[in-house]
Amino acid sequence: MTASQESTTTVKQRIMTVVAPILQQLFLPAGAIVLSLLAGAVFILLIGKNPVTAYIALVQGAFGNLFSIGETLENTTPLILTGLAVAFAFRAKLFNIGAEGQFLMGALAATWVGINLPMPAGIHLLAALLAGTIVGGLWGGFAGLLKATRGVHEVISTIMLNFIAIFFISYMVTGPMKEVSALDIPQTARVLPTAQLMKIMPPSRLSAGIIIALLAAGFIWWLLWKTTIGYEVRAVGLNFFAAEYAGIRPNYNMFLAMLISGGLAGLGGAIIMTGLFYRYQHGFEPGYGFTAIAVALVGGNNPPGVVLAALLFATLSQGALGMQNVAGVPQDTVLIIQALVIFFVAAPQIVRAAPDWWAKRKAAAAAAAEGAQMEGGTA
Amino acid sequence: MDMLISIFSVALFASTIRAATPLILAALGGIFSERSGVVNIALEGIMLIGAFFAMLISYLGREAGLPPLASALAGAVGAMVFGFLISMIHAVVSIRYRADQVVSGVAINILALGLTGFLLQQIFNTSGNSPSVPNLPAAPIPGLASIPVLGPIFFNQPPIVYIGLIAVPVAAFVLFRTPLGLRIRAVGEHPKAADTVGINVFRLRYLGVALSGVLAGLGGAYLSLGQLNIFTEGMTNGRGYIALAAVIFGKWSPWGALGACLLFGLADAVQISLQNAGVNIPSDFLLMLPYVLTLVALTGFIGRSNPPAASGVPYEK
Amino acid sequence: MSDRVPVIEMRDITKVFPGVIANDHINLAAYEGEVLGLLGENGAGKSVLMSILYGLYEPTEGQIFVRGKPVEITEPRAAIELGIGMVHQHFMLVPPFTVAENIILGSEPRSNLGTLDTAAAVQKIKDLSEQYGLDVDPYAKIEDISVGMAQRVEILKTMYRGAQVLILDEPTAVLTPQEIRGLFKIMRTLTKSGFPVIFISHKLKELMEICDSVTVIRRGKMIGSIDIAEATPQILASMMVGRDVVLQVDKGTGQPKDVVLDVNNLQATDHSGLPVLNGVSFQVRAGEIVGIAGVAGNGQSELIEVITGLHKAKAGSVNLNGQIITNHPAKDIIAKGIATIPEDRHHRGLVLDFSIADNGVLGSHDQPPFARWIRRAFGAIKTYADKIIKEFDVRTPNQEVLVKNLSGGNQQKVIIAREMGRAPDLLIAAQPTRGVDVGAIEFIHKRIIEQRDAGKAVLVISNELDEVMGLSDRILVMFHGEIVGELPAAEATEDELGLYMAGAKRNTPEQGGEH
Repeated sequence: MTASQESTTTVKQRIMTVVAPILQQLFLPAGAIVLSLLAGAVFILLIGKNPVTAYIALVQGAFGNLFSIGETLENTTPLILTGLAVAFAFRAKLFNIGAEGQFLMGALAATWVGINLPMPAGIHLLAALLAGTIVGGLWGGFAGLLKATRGVHEVISTIMLNFIAIFFISYMVTGPMKEVSALDIPQTARVLPTAQLMKIMPPSRLSAGIIIALLAAGFIWWLLWKTTIGYEVRAVGLNFFAAEYAGIRPNYNMFLAMLISGGLAGLGGAIIMTGLFYRYQHGFEPGYGFTAIAVALVGGNNPPGVVLAALLFATLSQGALGMQNVAGVPQDTVLIIQALVIFFVAAPQIVRAAPDWWAKRKAAAAAAAEGAQMEGGTA
Repeated sequence: MDMLISIFSVALFASTIRAATPLILAALGGIFSERSGVVNIALEGIMLIGAFFAMLISYLGREAGLPPLASALAGAVGAMVFGFLISMIHAVVSIRYRADQVVSGVAINILALGLTGFLLQQIFNTSGNSPSVPNLPAAPIPGLASIPVLGPIFFNQPPIVYIGLIAVPVAAFVLFRTPLGLRIRAVGEHPKAADTVGINVFRLRYLGVALSGVLAGLGGAYLSLGQLNIFTEGMTNGRGYIALAAVIFGKWSPWGALGACLLFGLADAVQISLQNAGVNIPSDFLLMLPYVLTLVALTGFIGRSNPPAASGVPYEK
Repeated sequence: MSDRVPVIEMRDITKVFPGVIANDHINLAAYEGEVLGLLGENGAGKSVLMSILYGLYEPTEGQIFVRGKPVEITEPRAAIELGIGMVHQHFMLVPPFTVAENIILGSEPRSNLGTLDTAAAVQKIKDLSEQYGLDVDPYAKIEDISVGMAQRVEILKTMYRGAQVLILDEPTAVLTPQEIRGLFKIMRTLTKSGFPVIFISHKLKELMEICDSVTVIRRGKMIGSIDIAEATPQILASMMVGRDVVLQVDKGTGQPKDVVLDVNNLQATDHSGLPVLNGVSFQVRAGEIVGIAGVAGNGQSELIEVITGLHKAKAGSVNLNGQIITNHPAKDIIAKGIATIPEDRHHRGLVLDFSIADNGVLGSHDQPPFARWIRRAFGAIKTYADKIIKEFDVRTPNQEVLVKNLSGGNQQKVIIAREMGRAPDLLIAAQPTRGVDVGAIEFIHKRIIEQRDAGKAVLVISNELDEVMGLSDRILVMFHGEIVGELPAAEATEDELGLYMAGAKRNTPEQGGEH
């Protein structure tokens, strides 16, 4: 072998050692998405529509023009933050179903600060975002505290806290924070301009929040992989007992994980108020906290994956309307796809079994064909 | 004082029973599932599916020329069938594929939302209310319905309410007085011990989940065919989670859950009553009550809250 | 023997698991009215053999005969139907259920309506109770009753299903002396009624007292079967531990200096309140290796966990270099200078999904040089991982490999390298070569001796008697949560240690605490 041939082989080998694990990691979520889209296509076929045109309409609805791209990205922002929240908690082996409640509480807190605490521009905005982060963090941290001190399962406690948040906010928005006006739907006053996030891509509604979300993803990535905090949280999530043996305090770390998780979700809520809606309207229940579960799972509980998965799900939800208007496919189809993705990621054996099943079918079909051929031949 | 009396009227208690009924049915389902060892967060989704298919089947029955009562009954049965089917997805994913049961439950809830919205749009071309369908309104029991006080509360209710009330002692009986109930409970507490005496752990867990599907489905049917006669998108509105709270609060026992559901139903009824009376107490705090109480119960301030020991843990031979 | 047909006979039973022969052509015969003892250390293969009899495993080779007829037992139900009654070492009882409910589970009597006929059940239980002297309270909940009664419940479970032979797996491990007397009485009643009883135990005194014959198994092979009339504890002990030759490292002699670890009358209970440490007292000096021998389950695990702060001590004290560390947090104890090689490397020792590098700093991850404030210092971590891999000859392509992909021996080396690298004052090595291939065993033993020679205090705890004898300067034996024997290693023989391990001999004063 010549020298250049040798070095090419090693370069290729080297690329493979880096790429191969990434591909392996991507296999499951990618497989899950593909299977879910296929299943969604089946649903679409069942109602007599064309899946191809439907999916094209979906993509166009999400990315067809500058406006929709901006909308899709704006939709991605809360999903990144709530997705990070759920993912971070998952790293500690905690299931934070309360991201929705933490998100909403953060939104309310930011709105309150945005209305009631006038400050110079910029600082006011920071204060609002900080308020949202802290309140969301406390809301999540409370569940973490209950788990760490009284062993209360975080799934139930966060579900309960979700509802408590919704009703508390409802009280605030229809009571103390209600704007006096003649509108049918109670809402708060508008957040002052000094607390608003600027738009970065008119005419769409995309705000600077996306930048904050990406920075947050970077921060959480750093926290998770480059710091002792991330090390301890991951150790606790992977092996409670080994962590204990090594002097790491599992209960404290679980509490901390919920605190950070809630803070991220709260920040998401703060951004959506200061960047998009500017006021809290009664009945606001966007459901990001629940989509976030799918986002986290598909993203492999890793910030870069979460960002990509958030984009994917934002695309689905943004494109859904287009899909309905243009191709006549009900927009709830994306909810079905979303649920299927979760199933497939949660039960990896199904995804792994798919290629085998496909191979078996092909083999059986080939055997049947051969058998028929033989019979035909001997007949 | 007068206001207090006017609020706590017979009508209020009758209303309480009605509000509690879907919760009771779903909670009983949740009890069977969890007692056998499978955590079921999906009660919300199953109820929604039940509500939708109850409406749909009733609608189709009417279109097919069935008399209204038959259509509505068919709808109720349909709700149970589809509730069962959806619960089987949860069962297979959780038991056969040993996936995380909470994740599976959450996915079912999203699936139910999507599926019902999808079908509502596709079949009825609307995203809000379905058309009205034959339903199962109040059916007074002759004789008993005219008893003062007790009559209107217990004996002048939609049929599903009766089923719900009867289901409680039946469930308690099955769970605590029959061999089947003993085995279900054993499988949820110590599946290995049950396995070593030859009991089929998997089969009983499938049964537990199936029962939750049937019962929660029927609970959902009450929502669309009980007091109302339509289906609205997302009409369960968190009741499945309240039912879950009732299971925990009632310590996984049918009678306990009944008590919890009545309490939660009362809070709901009082809150509406207060609003109607123009009282200025924020209804939101009453609506919050079931969830706050459950949190308190979980933190152990009302005695220990012990789920079945093996609940949530997939069984491996 | 006579030409009576044994009630149960296992012929040539062989069971192979990947990588290990758990049972190697074992023969067993239980005759009517006799108590057959089955003796062997942990891991000898007794449980596997009985699991085969009970239908939990199928033998790779060999056959089972019930009253002379060959049978195939594919699942527990089949075994139950054949009259094989098994009382497991770890009770298979549902805690919140009553005694009666547990006994009838799976074979419930039904009334005409299909309901549980509790009355009939209780009556039958009472009858059996009286017949065999098995006193229980049918209405009590399992979580409330004593261990002795729980065991009687397990026995009644088998009687209720018509057992014709009773297998008791290490039944006395959890009983008080009085309860043991009670159990023996029951066994005698059963054998008088014709039942054979198979009594699995590692406790020589008890085997001598109750059995008619004893079959000894070691490392999956059957060593022999002996009539009790011809057996003595010494003979049984030597059959149990054997004289396998294992590489002996030349350990030289230690030069013990100051006391580093001082344990005084340590007492502890397990999570159900049962005593596991009944007053443990001993010392370890710098420059010596103290080995604790004993059959697993006599409190060794709990001792380590109490010393390292992972389990609460109820009474007594642990001192390190003169400082009290009893019940201090684990982090503190590590900082004060104790390093532990845990007995279960997967449970405590490693985070399997972490890399070698990340596992290498487990426990020191948040201190310089591996971290500055919360920022991890990957350069230092990498250097350290390289050092571990090189010095301890860990076979791996690189240090990013997840530890779960290493062989058991290499995983153990990572742990050992890490713990020794802390330069502790006291090194605790629990089962240091469990599941490790022979080549690595010698390497690990050498390193442990090196630590002693460098002036560290070393405490080795092992179920492998050879290992304890090969490494230690001074040997302690643990039995029933106490140190019952202390011998200089030079004077100790296997036979003698076997007696101590089986509770047949002691040379230390009896301590406080329950027995």
